[in-house]
Formats: sequence, C-alpha cells, structure tokens
Amino acid sequence: MISLAGRDIMHAWGKFVFTGLGLGLLIGVTLSMAGIYRGMVDDARALLDNSGADLWVVQKDTLGPYAEPSSIYDDVWRSIRGIQGVIRTANVTYLTMQVRQGERDVRAMITGITAGDPGTPGWPPYLIAGRHITRSHYEAVVDIATGFRIGDRFQIRRNHYTVVGLTRRMVSSSGDPIIFIPLKDARDAQFLKDNDAILQQHRRTTETLAFKPAGVLDAVLASQNANSYVNALLVQVEPGYRIEETAETIRRWKRLTVHTRTQMEEILVGKLIATSAKQIGMFLVILSIVSSAIVAFIIYTLTLGKIREIAVLKLIGTRNRTIAGMIMQQAIALGSIGFVVGKISATLLMAPIFPKYVLLEPLDSIRGFIVVIVICVLSSIFAIRAALKVDPAEAIGG
Amino acid sequence: MRLHLRTQTLALLAGIPLLLALFVYVSLRSGPLAPIPVTMSTVENRSIAPALFGIGTVEAQYTYRIGPTIAGRIKRLTVNVGDHVKAGQILGEMDPVDLDERIRSQDAAIRRTEAQLSEAEARLIYASTQTRRYEKLMAANSVSEEIAVGKKHELQLAEAGLNVAKGELARVRSDREALNAQRNNLNLIAPVNGLVAERSADPGTTVVAGQAVVELIDPRTLWVNVRFDQINAQGLKADLPAQIVLRSRMGQALGGRVLRVEPLADMVTEEMLAKVIFDQLPEPLPPVGELAEVTIDLPRLPPAPAILNAAIHRIDGKLGVWQVHNKKLQFIPVELGITDMEGNIQIRSGLKAGDSVVVYSAKPLNLKSRIRIVNSIPEKTR
Repeated sequence: MISLAGRDIMHAWGKFVFTGLGLGLLIGVTLSMAGIYRGMVDDARALLDNSGADLWVVQKDTLGPYAEPSSIYDDVWRSIRGIQGVIRTANVTYLTMQVRQGERDVRAMITGITAGDPGTPGWPPYLIAGRHITRSHYEAVVDIATGFRIGDRFQIRRNHYTVVGLTRRMVSSSGDPIIFIPLKDARDAQFLKDNDAILQQHRRTTETLAFKPAGVLDAVLASQNANSYVNALLVQVEPGYRIEETAETIRRWKRLTVHTRTQMEEILVGKLIATSAKQIGMFLVILSIVSSAIVAFIIYTLTLGKIREIAVLKLIGTRNRTIAGMIMQQAIALGSIGFVVGKISATLLMAPIFPKYVLLEPLDSIRGFIVVIVICVLSSIFAIRAALKVDPAEAIGG
Repeated sequence: MRLHLRTQTLALLAGIPLLLALFVYVSLRSGPLAPIPVTMSTVENRSIAPALFGIGTVEAQYTYRIGPTIAGRIKRLTVNVGDHVKAGQILGEMDPVDLDERIRSQDAAIRRTEAQLSEAEARLIYASTQTRRYEKLMAANSVSEEIAVGKKHELQLAEAGLNVAKGELARVRSDREALNAQRNNLNLIAPVNGLVAERSADPGTTVVAGQAVVELIDPRTLWVNVRFDQINAQGLKADLPAQIVLRSRMGQALGGRVLRVEPLADMVTEEMLAKVIFDQLPEPLPPVGELAEVTIDLPRLPPAPAILNAAIHRIDGKLGVWQVHNKKLQFIPVELGITDMEGNIQIRSGLKAGDSVVVYSAKPLNLKSRIRIVNSIPEKTR
C-alpha cells in the first residue's frame, strides 16, 4: 500500500521539513516557558527540601522566615528540644544581600547554620566538591551559581570568608544562590551595623545623661552590641511521632507559630511566588493559544496550497477518506516533527541560557505532545473540510 | 528523477532516526530522568589530627589602673600612651594644695618641741644639781628637811617634764612623717615594669578617689581570650599547642599554647572560654582588643577508617553514607567519630578501610536514583 501522505511529503520535503523546524522552535519556546514556571515552583520547593526540616518554628503570627521577617530568641531551641517527638533542632538565619568578591558582587541568600555534624537541619544536604564547614567561623559552602570556587575569599560586612565546599540547586525562593556560613557569623552579618553606625550609636548612648553613673554606661553599651535573635528554628520530628501533633504542642505551649512542610509549601508557592508564577503561567497560556493558532494556520495553508492536487485526486475518483487520511497524517507528522525538534531545542538550546532554573518535566513533555497532536488533528479537520468542499472541476479550470 | 527521489528518501530516512535518537538522548540524559553524576572515594585507614577553632581577642593578663587614693587635682603627668616605664618610676603627681605649707608648719612645730625638750633637759640638770647639793646640806643638818624634800620633788617634776617634752617631740615628728607619707602618696608610681596603655586625664583635671589616671599593662603577659563553640570544644584542655592568627597579620600563624580553660562557660552564647598565651611575643606587639583566630591542635588519633564529611548524609533520621552495589545505591548507616579541620571524619562503625563510598553527587540521592560514576561533578551552574 502506498502512503499518499508520504508521497506528498517526499514531493515537497523541503517545505515540509522547514515548516516542521519552525513549528518546532515555537513549541520549544512554549516548552521552555512551561519549564520556567516549573523551575520557579521547584526553586521554592528546593529551599524547603534543602533545609531538611519537618517543622519551622517562627515568630508568633508571622509567615516567616521566607515570606515574612521573623525573629525569635536563640535559646528557644532549648525548650523546644525538650518536647516529646522532637529529635533535632537547629537555629537558622536568612538574609539576602549582595556579596562582594573583589570587583564584582553577586546577589545571594546568606544562610546561617548551626554548628554540628553533617545532616544537621539547615546544612546543605549534598556537595559537589570540597567539604562541609568544620570551623565555627569564617568558612562558607556556596552554591555553584554564585560563581565562586573552592579557596575563594569573599567579604560579608566586615569579615572575610573562605569557600570550602560547593553545592548545587541551593537557591532561595527567588532563585538567588545560597551561601552557607556559621550561624554566629550570619547573625553578625544580619544585625551588626557598620562601624560608623556603631560609633554613632555609642556617642548617642554616651551622651545620654541617664547612663552617666559609673559602670552603667559600659553595661548599656555591652547590651546594645549583644544580639540574641535568629530567624527561625528548624525542627526534625522523631520517626513514629505525628508531625502535626508535635506542631500543635509547640503552638499551644510555647506560643510560637509553627509551619509544617505542607503549610510552608502553601506559603511559598501560594503566596510568595504566586503573582510571578501566575504571570509566567498566563504568558504560557497565551503562548499556547498563539502556538495552536499558528499550527492550525500552517496546516490549513499547507492544505490550501495543495488544493489543485486534491482536486485532481477527486477527479480521478479518490475516496474522501483517503484524502482526509492524507491530510490528517501529514498534520500529525508535522506535529510530531515539531514536537521532537521543540523538545530538543528547548533542552539543548533554550533552557541552558536562562539565568534561572528551567525544569523541563517529562510529564509536561508528554502533556505537550498530546496537546500538539490534538491541535494538529483539530486544525486538520478544518483543512479537510476545505479540501472536501473543493470542486473537482478546479483541477482543469483556473 | 527516480534517483533524485531516492536520494531524498534516503536523506529523510537517515534524518528521522537521527532526530529520534537525539530526542531519546535529550529525554533521558537531561532533566529529572537523567542519571545523577556521582563521585566515589575509598575509605582510608588513617590517623587524623583533630583541631579546635575559636576566635578571641588579645588581652593583657594584668592591667594596672593607677590613680590617686584621695580626690584631688592632677598637677603633672610625665608619661604618655606607649611609654615604657620601670617599676617605681614616678608617672605623675597630684596637686598637694596646702600640704607643703602644713609640712613647713609641722617642721616649725618640731623645732619648737625640740626647744621645749632642751628647756626640760636644762631644768632637769639644774634640779638634779640642786637635789644633790641639798642632800649634802641635809646630811650636815644645815637645812630643814622640808626644803630638801622640796628640791627632790622639783627633780621629779623636771624628769616628768622631760618625758613630756620627749613624747611631744615624737608626736610632732610622727605627724611630720604622716604628712610626708601623704605628700609621697600624691605621686603616681608605676608598680611594675610596663607599658602605658591609657592616659585618661590630663593635668588640671580633678579626679575622684580611685579613678584611674594612667592604665599600665604588662606587655609580657599578653594573652588571647578565646571562645570556642561548646559543640566543637571536645578535648580542650591546658597546655595544648595553638596557632594564633591575628586579624592584622592574616596568613601568619604565631605559636602559642593553652594556658587554662576557664571553669565558667558562657551560658548565653553557648561558648567555652580559654586563655591562650604566645610562645614568643610578636613584634610589634598586637594591640589589646585585636581579633585573633586560634586553632588548637589536639593529639593525633590512632589510625581508623576515615572519609570526607561531604559523604555523610542523613536519611530518615539516620546518619550514613551511600554505597554502590551492582550499580544500585545502598544507604549504610554509620557512627561518626572525631573530625579534623580538613573535613576528614573518623567512622566508628559501619565502614571499613577499602570500602568505596559516594562522596559528591549532583543531586540529592535516594534508593531509586539512577547514577553515573564520574571523576568530578561537571561545574554546570544549575
């Protein structure tokens, strides 16, 4: 049996292949856009996964520490650690800032991690080079996206840090790479003012008459420089205990706000990145509609371009089914080529050049493929209608 | 025409599988389905030298705050910040106000008392001569007994008068010495050889009793007050060797040792405190208050299986490492021992020397992960 569609494609293969390529690039853009959306959501999830926590204990009535500022006392962990079901706790601080290294600076989220062994909540769960932090000061593990390498030194506030380890996909919810440093240093970075401000603060305090009696001034100055806050407490729950129950105990008896993993994801995905994700999502919808329209037009015009040949086919008595089959097969072939080219170009050409993470999920690709084929079939129906309405006489006339 | 068509067909037939192959490659080698690159390392039996790391500030072991014992005005100060002074050296003087005049008056009082003393002595000599004379006359019965007894009485009075005068002289002399001591007390004197660290008041300033005017430190007793996180302070004890890096002299490690570990830890910051002294004082002397990073070397441990801490993961609450058996990942729980500053960690149980473990991976691993063993993880930024 000869394939009419195949013969026709062979006949004008250049046109067909280039149309397929063009269509492919368009599908590639749509897939990339879906990847950008998935990437955003994945960034938010990565932040939660990497912290390794079951519960986030934050300032009362805040959505901290990622979506809202939160600060709690650094010794809260002592009372929480004693609650039944809690197996590990770790203080953590987060601060997004520009980190300087020589001439350049990079936007990064500074995460202060509690000292301990690898596997402590808040620590980077895996490395791609180097080692974890062993000193309690001035060492850093950084995400590779910061562009730092092992042994590099960079500055946060007034202190210099040495990069001892590299990791991957450790990003804040807005996609900034994370820099892990010891908690005490991170707290300094967060709350310590610059030298000039400290000096001015001292001057003001010194001038306050109330502090004049001997001894009082020193005590006041010392208390001004002390800082005993962290942003959140990461809690791991012992296997066998119900996370929600432990959370409820802390909420009830410690009067702090506790978020579980699910709640945190709702906050991050549903609130923090909601608008920008919707923005991208809307763009994806528009792009999909435009792409479908273009696919439909292409198939329609391709068919109209062959209207004379179709008329000849009808003239020689070809059955309508055969003609319809030919058009549909061509449409599906075109869609398939377009999808394959699109997937390849999105993965190899487009995704790597985006500054933020682009996650091309296999399930999205399958969905995309189904949508492309459905659109091709639907648009070929219009083309088939036009082809079947053609008068065989047109083959001779015109 | 026929040949042309066949070339086309061939090209297309060759093109389609190529495209499909690329598609399959792209689908399986990138994104979530791609195998995760991992690097392997062998557990080695080695001895590690653990160390403790802390930061501290340079402080002087002894600080001498020198000031007047009574309120007064500073008359002069002869030393400035940075001067080296010797024990006993006069650093300055407080204004004596009327003390010198009182000393002169006391001197006059002494002279007057001395004159009184000589007068009393003269009386005594006269009285004793008279007594002796009347005793002889009495023996010859030339005078009445009453007169002789009267002369004896005068002698006793003269003796008492002399004692009074002597006592009075001792009193005024002591008063004079007291004033002298007060006068000397107005001098600010260095108790030890040292360095002037602070001069907090200048001549003309009135200071209260006990307020420091000059602060001396003994530069030979500079030490570093170091704070160690309690969680990383296992094995900290006196006499351990230390390396001190001053903030102003980065990259230059100075030798030292732990003098003592403070019995009181910092409750608020969860830190332990220790004093570390320099083996040899650096020149120029570091300023008091300078930040220093201190690494304490603990004794080398006997050889034991050790791996890099990057290989340790916590899965389902258990610490362990990933191993590869028949291309499948396996999670082996381990018990961790001591770690050194380079990130090598001893394994108490779970692994033995020669075992191969996953060190680095490009993504978090789980039991179902497909892996690809590489030499190093490609430095793709995302």
